[in-house]
Amino acid sequence: MLRLERVSKRFGGVVATDGVSLEIAAGEVHALIGPNGAGKTTLVGLISGALASDGGAILFEDRTITAMKQHDRVRAGLARSYQITSIFRRLSVLDNVALAVQARSGSSFSFWRPLEKETRLFDEARSILEAINLQAKATTPAATLSHGEQRALEVGLALATQPKLVLLDEPMAGMGPQESRSMIELIERISAGVTVLLVEHDMDAVFRLADRISVMVDGRMIATDTPEKIRANPEVRRAYLGDEVPA
Amino acid sequence: MKTKIPVFVLLVLFPLAMLWADQLFYVSFASRVMIYAIAATSLNLVLGYGGMISFGHAAFVGTGAYVGSILVAEGVTSAFIGWPAAIAVSALAAWIIGAISLRTRGVYFIMITLAFAQMMFYLVNSMKAYGGDEGLSLRQRPSLLFDLGNEVAFYYVVLFLLLLSIFLLYRLMRSRFGRVVVAIRENEARAEAVGFPVYRYKLVCFVIAGAGAGLAGALLASHGKYVNPNVLHWVQSGTLMIMVILGGVGHLWGGVLGAAVLLGLEHLISDYPIGWLASLAPNYQQHANLGVGLVMLAIVLFAPQGIAGLMERRKNASP
Repeated sequence: MLRLERVSKRFGGVVATDGVSLEIAAGEVHALIGPNGAGKTTLVGLISGALASDGGAILFEDRTITAMKQHDRVRAGLARSYQITSIFRRLSVLDNVALAVQARSGSSFSFWRPLEKETRLFDEARSILEAINLQAKATTPAATLSHGEQRALEVGLALATQPKLVLLDEPMAGMGPQESRSMIELIERISAGVTVLLVEHDMDAVFRLADRISVMVDGRMIATDTPEKIRANPEVRRAYLGDEVPA
Repeated sequence: MKTKIPVFVLLVLFPLAMLWADQLFYVSFASRVMIYAIAATSLNLVLGYGGMISFGHAAFVGTGAYVGSILVAEGVTSAFIGWPAAIAVSALAAWIIGAISLRTRGVYFIMITLAFAQMMFYLVNSMKAYGGDEGLSLRQRPSLLFDLGNEVAFYYVVLFLLLLSIFLLYRLMRSRFGRVVVAIRENEARAEAVGFPVYRYKLVCFVIAGAGAGLAGALLASHGKYVNPNVLHWVQSGTLMIMVILGGVGHLWGGVLGAAVLLGLEHLISDYPIGWLASLAPNYQQHANLGVGLVMLAIVLFAPQGIAGLMERRKNASP
């Protein structure tokens, strides 16, 4: 579904992504782990198109998208969520999701007809709110949601674009155990229909959800394998997992 | 709605009352306020709704003013041709300037829009064929189906165009396009990440605002039968920004309220001397901007949503 071929990105003298190759198969939940500063978020930026790569190629469904703009990638079915919550804070929860639905349903160069009349659009947005368990909060401003709810909306905005591949950048960041559990359940549910690239530090979640795991250290991909083999990989253990996961 | 109908009736009756009282100066003054209201409203679209801090809006007002005036000077006296031409050329100018400026953000955007406007200011200064730095006087106002030389007729035309502009803005902000513009203001990165080609939307918004400013410019030149390069000067851009901030950034009536209060205040300070102040500072009336500055300071400190925001808050507070 997605293939990276020796993709690299430098910020000044810092090599954030150093010739990374990666293949994500259709239907899988592919986890990307690595210590802080390994370049995981940069990689998400490169795949989503928010950042331009300095070298290498990115292929999505066998099409080269290396030079494609971010909004065109979204339309092709490649959406992301953010590690640091990025929502339309002053708009209502429903309006947030409705905007994402609007983005993929027809042209928005429409200057006269009131949006409220498009009931289909809002019906769709409501069904997404149901999926992320926020239907009760539809009319509240997004800024007043709890942290966990904002994280759910963050994922909901990505889902509302109806992606084929969704890039989730640390969806559990800053969550308590209760909230994490419902996020794991949400990702389990969506992974039935969507391919997922999951960047996450929460190892319980990663080992529970992932079909395959890739490990990044210092901008390089050091391993891609099944969870069992990653767990046993000595290089990975040395670089990252440490004592966190019992053998 | 309850307050809007009486205000509308007042605006319709105003010139008749002034006619009866033989105070046509005030009809002309009100027309000028409404023309500035159109200009400020168009700036509010980019600045308030779109979140693009354009410091060069006078460029589009000026373009409209010069296009309208040059056509009249060349003998095209029909406003049906002159005003739409001013709108079209201003929109084109906004398209060119916007296409370049909107590739930048923040302070750079402010600076580049300012730079373009100043370039155009010096350009019209050097247009010797059309008055250069002395400006261009017209022998007459352009005409519609009737003579616009009549202050009362001109007033009603401007009133109609102002209400039309407000209505268009109202519809625009409730449309799909308007929602996207607000979304971009709120969170540009996210708007792009849900699939909106952000740059294109910003550019179209910028062009619509430029077109509105072009209309205001053409009206301004028609009204005064005179245009000079100062209409493009950066101070003019600043005045329009002050109007928007004073009236209410991102409020439907923000531009109208800001224009009315700012011009009204200027007029009051310079035309109605206050005895005790004049004895303290004999020249104070030549520094009307000081008074305006103090009001501006108060608004920014105590009512950052402007006058429209204040009125909304009061409406929500009282049942």
